[in-house]
Parts: sequence; C-alpha cells; structure tokens
Amino acid sequence: MADKSSSNAYWKANIRTIQISLVIWFVCSFGFGILLRPMLAGIKIGGTDLGFWFAQQGSIIVFLVLIFAYAAKMNKLDKEHGVEE
Amino acid sequence: MDQFTLNLIVVGATFALYFGIAIWARAGSTAEFYAAGGGVHPVANGMATGADWMSAASFISMAGIIAFGGYDTSAYLMGWTGGYVLLAMLLAPYLRKFGKFTVPEFVGDRFYSGTARVIAVICLLIISITYVIGQMSGVGVAFSRFLEVKASTGLYIGAAVVFAYAVLGGMKGITYTQVAQYVVLIIAYTIPAIFISLNLTGNPIPGLGLFSNATSTGEPLLTTLNGLLADLGFASYTEQHDTTLNMFLFTMSLMIGTAGLPHVIVRFFTVPKVADARSSAGWALVFIALLYLTAPAVGAMARMNLINTIYPNGVSEAPVARADVPDWVDNWEKTGLLKFNDLNGDGLINYTSSKDTNELDVNKDIIVLANPEIAQLPGWVIALVAAGGLAAALSTAAGLLMAISSAVSHDLIKGQLNPGISEKGELMAARVSMAVAIGVATWLGLNPPGFAAQTVALAFGLAASSIFPALMMGIFSKRINSKGAIWGMLAGLTTTIVYIFLHKGWFFVASTASFSDADPLLGSIKSTSFGTIGAIINFGVAYIVSNMTEETPAEVQELVESIRIPKGAGAATGH
Repeated sequence: MADKSSSNAYWKANIRTIQISLVIWFVCSFGFGILLRPMLAGIKIGGTDLGFWFAQQGSIIVFLVLIFAYAAKMNKLDKEHGVEE
Repeated sequence: MDQFTLNLIVVGATFALYFGIAIWARAGSTAEFYAAGGGVHPVANGMATGADWMSAASFISMAGIIAFGGYDTSAYLMGWTGGYVLLAMLLAPYLRKFGKFTVPEFVGDRFYSGTARVIAVICLLIISITYVIGQMSGVGVAFSRFLEVKASTGLYIGAAVVFAYAVLGGMKGITYTQVAQYVVLIIAYTIPAIFISLNLTGNPIPGLGLFSNATSTGEPLLTTLNGLLADLGFASYTEQHDTTLNMFLFTMSLMIGTAGLPHVIVRFFTVPKVADARSSAGWALVFIALLYLTAPAVGAMARMNLINTIYPNGVSEAPVARADVPDWVDNWEKTGLLKFNDLNGDGLINYTSSKDTNELDVNKDIIVLANPEIAQLPGWVIALVAAGGLAAALSTAAGLLMAISSAVSHDLIKGQLNPGISEKGELMAARVSMAVAIGVATWLGLNPPGFAAQTVALAFGLAASSIFPALMMGIFSKRINSKGAIWGMLAGLTTTIVYIFLHKGWFFVASTASFSDADPLLGSIKSTSFGTIGAIINFGVAYIVSNMTEETPAEVQELVESIRIPKGAGAATGH
C-alpha cells in the first residue's frame, strides 16, 4: 500500500494534469468552435473559417489527442508514485 | 438478384453472426453477466462502447440534422464526443477502481445511503427506458423499409435477436456482439460516404472532401453549397443562427449528459485495469470519431445532392418535373418520409424556403438511409446500410437493457429487497429482469408514446443534471455527504424536469405548455439546453447542504482515498 503523503502527491499531480487538459478541451471546442469563432473568422479554410472547422472536426481530433496524452501521462505518474497495478 | 433478396441475405448473415456470438459467449456467473468477468481488452471495449453509444440517432438521424441545420448543429458533433474527455479524466478510472457492477451501487456506497441509491436507480430507469423506445422504433422502421415486413413484425424479430444474446450472455454476450455490430455499422456508414465524396469533390476521404473544391464549380464545396442555398432563399450553411448562449449550453448539456449516461459508464467496468479504463475511453472515441468526422461531410454533401436532384439544370432554371425524378425519390415517397405536394399544379417540384410555395418535405432520417441510392451505388451497399442501421439500433438497445436489468436485479432486488439472495438466484433474477425489460421495450416500440422524440432531451437533461454531478462530486470531494448528494440530485433533477415540462407541456401534453423553445422562459435557453443549468444547481445545492450538515464518516473518506489510486483494483465484484 502506498503511504499517505505519496498518494496525496499523486492525486495533486493528477488534478494538475486534468486542469491543464480541460483548459485545452474548453478552448478548442467552446472557445474556437463557438465563443471565439468571430475572432478567427479571418482565417479561411475550405470555403469557410477556422472556427467552423474546429466546431465540426477540429475539436474531435483535439479530444482524441487529449485522452491518449492523459492516459500516457497517468501511466507515468502511476509508476513514479508507486501506485500502478 | 433483386434488392429484397440481397437485403434479406445481408441482414440475415449479420443476425446469424450475432446468434453465433450469443451461443459462444454465455455468462456463467454474475460477474460475467454484469461486467463480462472484467476481462475485456481495452480496444475491444472501445469498439463495443462505440456501438453501444452510437444509436439509431447517430447512425440514421445525425447527418440529416446537420444537413438541414448547418453550423448550429455542430453542438451535436462536439457534445456527443467531448463527453468522452470528461469520462476518461473525471469518472471512468475511479469507478473502475471502485470495482462494483452498477452506477447506483457507487452512489449508494459513496453517499452511504439507500435513498441516494434508489434516486440514482430512478434516474437510470427514466434515462434508459426513454432511450430504448427510440431504438426499438428505429428497428421497426429499418425492417419495414428494407425487408418489406410490417414494422411490428420487424420489431418482434429484433427483440428476439436481442433476447438471445442479452439474456443468455449478459454483458459478456452484449460486449462481443457490439464489437461485431460496430464493424458492420462503420462499413455501412463509410462506403456510401466515400462514393458521394468522390463524386462531388474527387476526394475519397469524406472528412477532407468537406473542405475541398467541388468538381462542379471548382470552388470550395461549402462556398458552392452556400451559393445554392442563397439563390433559393435558404439560410446560410456555415453561419451561426442560434444564440451563442444557447449553443454553448446545449453543447455542454450533451457533453456532461454523455458522460453521465449509465449504460456508457458501465462499459468501463469490463476492462481488467484502471489504466485500461483510461485508454479504453480513448479507443471508444477513435471508433466514434470515424463516424463523427464523416457525418458533417455526409450532411453537407447530402444537402447539395438533394438540391442538384431537384434542380438538375442549376437553381436559376426550372426544377425537375415530378415525372422525371430518380427512382430513390419514388421509393422514399412510398414510406411517407418524403412528401411532394404540387401546390401550384405545374407538375414541377418547387423546393423553396417559403412555406407558401415549398412543395417538398424531406424527413431528416432518410438522408443516410437514402445515400446509397442517391449515389447510385450497387444493391449490396443498400443492403449493407440496412444491416448497419439495425446494428446501430440493436447494439444501443442491448446496452440500455443491460443497464435497466442490472439496476433492477442488483440495485433493487439484491441491494434493497433481498440482500441475502444467492449468486445463482441473483443471476436468475438478472435474466428475468432482462427478459421483462425486453418485453416492455418491445411494447413501447409498438405503441410509442407521442412524445418519444422529445423525451430524448429529457434523457440527456437528467443524465447531465443528476448522475454526472453526483458521480463527479463523489470522487473529487470528500466533503459532500449523503444529505448534500440527495438534495443536490433532487434539485438538479426537479428543476430540469420542470423546465422541460414548462416548454414541452406537463408530461409532454403539448397543450399544457406555458412557454415554447422559440420563446423560452429564461433568455434564449431552450429546454434541451437546460441540463447544464440543472447540473450547476445540483453542484451548488450539494455544496451548501453538505457544508451545513455533518462531516462524511471516516470509512467513506477512506473509500474516496482508495478509488483515487489505481493500485489493487482486481476484477469487478458484487461484494
């Protein structure tokens, strides 16, 4: 069993990773896809603008990268803190 | 060989495959019945989750919704995929570590309260039963169009197939059937899309074709489409028409609703390790993205094909005469899903943006199903699309029925009514609940309540406002106690239901509605977007009530500590 201070540090590192990931998650979907779309309107792509692409495809690709990056980072943290299975 | 025989062969072959898997993957224990014995490979689980999640709505309806809604409907694309990020980071790994069979079981243990567990069961039942009605009527529609049987006969056949592998195999049978169903549905979705994209843009990858030049004009496809729509007086495809506030809240409701759907969450109880639960969410999204990156292309291209069919000589010329339309228009007119009403009696199909002069009414659901006919693909592709639509509906129905039956046998019977029940007795109870659930779902599919379509909003709103916040707080806060969780869930649930009923009518009786989604009670917030507000209310109430009442007991705080670290997970157990 991992000792208390080690699992506290592990949990803190996990929370930090989630916070960074969710900022990217938010900016690339709600941000670029909806709220910031007018600001990105000048960047043209395939007959429309970058915001449209993020709303229809870009956000999904970012989500995919985020989950696998999180899984890899957590596998590393699991080992560093001795809490892996 | 005629189309009917082809459909029969292809659909029959896929059904034989599902039966074979059912016999191979029989469940011998409750662990196998509820969680497939905890031994499913993360990639296989990802594929099964893809089929579980992608329902008749994703396969049949979504591209049609996008075709007629344009940019605004991006909310579905982002919302129904972004939820997997939340699942992978906020719920799945910790619930897998918790290592029990059902979502209400976690709620009951974490909030040390039978009441909390029963509230979770009620939410689960409303969400899942609502959802299953749509799947079963989807099975009926697909059967009646492609196999020329009555919708009711089709429903019985579909129910018999689900019965075979779900009752025999439980989660184990369902998991491996879903893997096969995913393969069928993704092939069926992609092949027509590739040909349509090649035809319109010369690009074989539909997702890239969407942003390529149209071969007809040499200009970007979306520019061409916007031009056609503008000439006919329709709203622009790429511009925003919804308010930013409502689009934001709707996207968020779909995301947290997705993460809070019990039948999706339990899929992550079937993998061997906590680390597998994280990567499996990624694999699920890979398999979902294959369809979701194609869907916006299918939507835009189908809209363009439709206009080109009606205006073969360009939108400035006269539309096509009723007598000269391609066969697929006739085929779909027979089903009533495509209607032509010659208002001015000139024999031409006038397709316009004005209610007074438009003569063509196209149901959104036929866009995907009619795709192979529009692209003039061979008969076996049409048969494959029929099998794909059935696979999407059946796989989701099975996952929902699994969630319903385990909530009844495990959370109500074993958890509340008869805790001393033997393993064998519980397994029997689980099979009987499954059989009853299939019976109820079939009956509801045959007699769909008039509000079936609207209740989907209710399912997402409830998952977003009740289950997701309760699970997240249970994992990330030790301070939230049983009173906080119970009052939080009730507050989120009630406000969401009331808001939906105010706009859709009490119990969906339309005449009792006080407001409409065109002119909602709060600003521009439609009833479908309210789940986000309900979730915020849930979080707030739970926080305030918990801080005013007792600390959570020490053993519950230890439980929270233990689910946060992966070490020592083991297979899911009932004890």
